[in-house]
Amino acid sequence: MRHWYMLTLVGNDRPGIVARVTSALFSAGGNLGEASMMRLGGNFTIMLMVQFEGERPALEAAVAPVAEALGLHIHLDAIEGQLHEQMEPDVRITVYGADRAGIVARVTGALAEAGLHILDLESDVGGSDDAPFYLLHIEGHAANGVEALQTALDQVARADGVEVRLRTIETLVG
Amino acid sequence: MALEILKYPDERLKTLSEPVTLFDQALRDFVRELEQTMRAGPGGVGIAAPQVGRFQRIVLVDCSVTRKPVPNHGYLVLINPEVTQWEGMEVGREGCMSVPDYTGNVIRAERIHLVAQDLDGNTQEFDCEGFEARAVQHEMDHLDGLLFLDRLVSRRNDLFRRKVYQTQAKNTPAQD
Ligand SMILES: [Zn+2]
Repeated sequence: MRHWYMLTLVGNDRPGIVARVTSALFSAGGNLGEASMMRLGGNFTIMLMVQFEGERPALEAAVAPVAEALGLHIHLDAIEGQLHEQMEPDVRITVYGADRAGIVARVTGALAEAGLHILDLESDVGGSDDAPFYLLHIEGHAANGVEALQTALDQVARADGVEVRLRTIETLVG
Repeated sequence: MALEILKYPDERLKTLSEPVTLFDQALRDFVRELEQTMRAGPGGVGIAAPQVGRFQRIVLVDCSVTRKPVPNHGYLVLINPEVTQWEGMEVGREGCMSVPDYTGNVIRAERIHLVAQDLDGNTQEFDCEGFEARAVQHEMDHLDGLLFLDRLVSRRNDLFRRKVYQTQAKNTPAQD
């Protein structure tokens, strides 16, 4: 029986991490699914769906040597999920402004209350050390419609002095 | 009757389609079947002849059926279409009847000027914008053997890349 697992690996970034991890999984008979891999703050982070014939300890044993060699922390869970369970986002939101404590919590809190289901969020800090700015990029599903989200965003924009932009996503199929 | 749609990774989707030279009853019959195929697909706003294995420069678009109304010209039959002007760049999400279970972000021109022939071979011109312009560009790519997969951009980069594309657009409108 083949199970899907969620494999999380985090450690100092260095060249070749993705190639070494994925070839270890391939050699062990693992099948790769959806993944998010990126460099965050000098670390490299991997979140990866792996389909594997066998139990968790066997998969962990397959990854452990390469993780140890590269100094990566491993977290491995069996998951219920499958491929093709992606939800289509219908709204894209950008928020940016001078970096202020709690801004992410206020923005996402207001959006959650207005019915936003976040499917994807990325944030970054730009600018200089003494004048940083924060940028938030969200794609999600507006369960209560777009107007509710716009109203919530406008309130946050006024209260926090940030720039907000909301655009609806109409996925073209052709 | 709906025709069978080629699905990626079918290599035939990479075929360069040939111009239409005969504006006859066979062409009209084929376009009728192609339209039925487009309308049979869920949410389909366009289709190109190569998607059903006919490698001729024929594109159908109908953006009058979107969930949220968009500026559109209704049902368009575009034979041997050419885009003669591009303006602006915009990120939008696309899927394709030939690429099931996947959607992604693609940069397209916001406004295009289009020259195409109709079913009788008469030349027509259209100005399309927004979603309809995107649909036309998506379908015309099929005529050149391209899928939206060839034009994917990562969401992480699109805020910044757009500016670069706009600068380039002044000199190189083709964006290829
Ligand atoms: Zn398509």
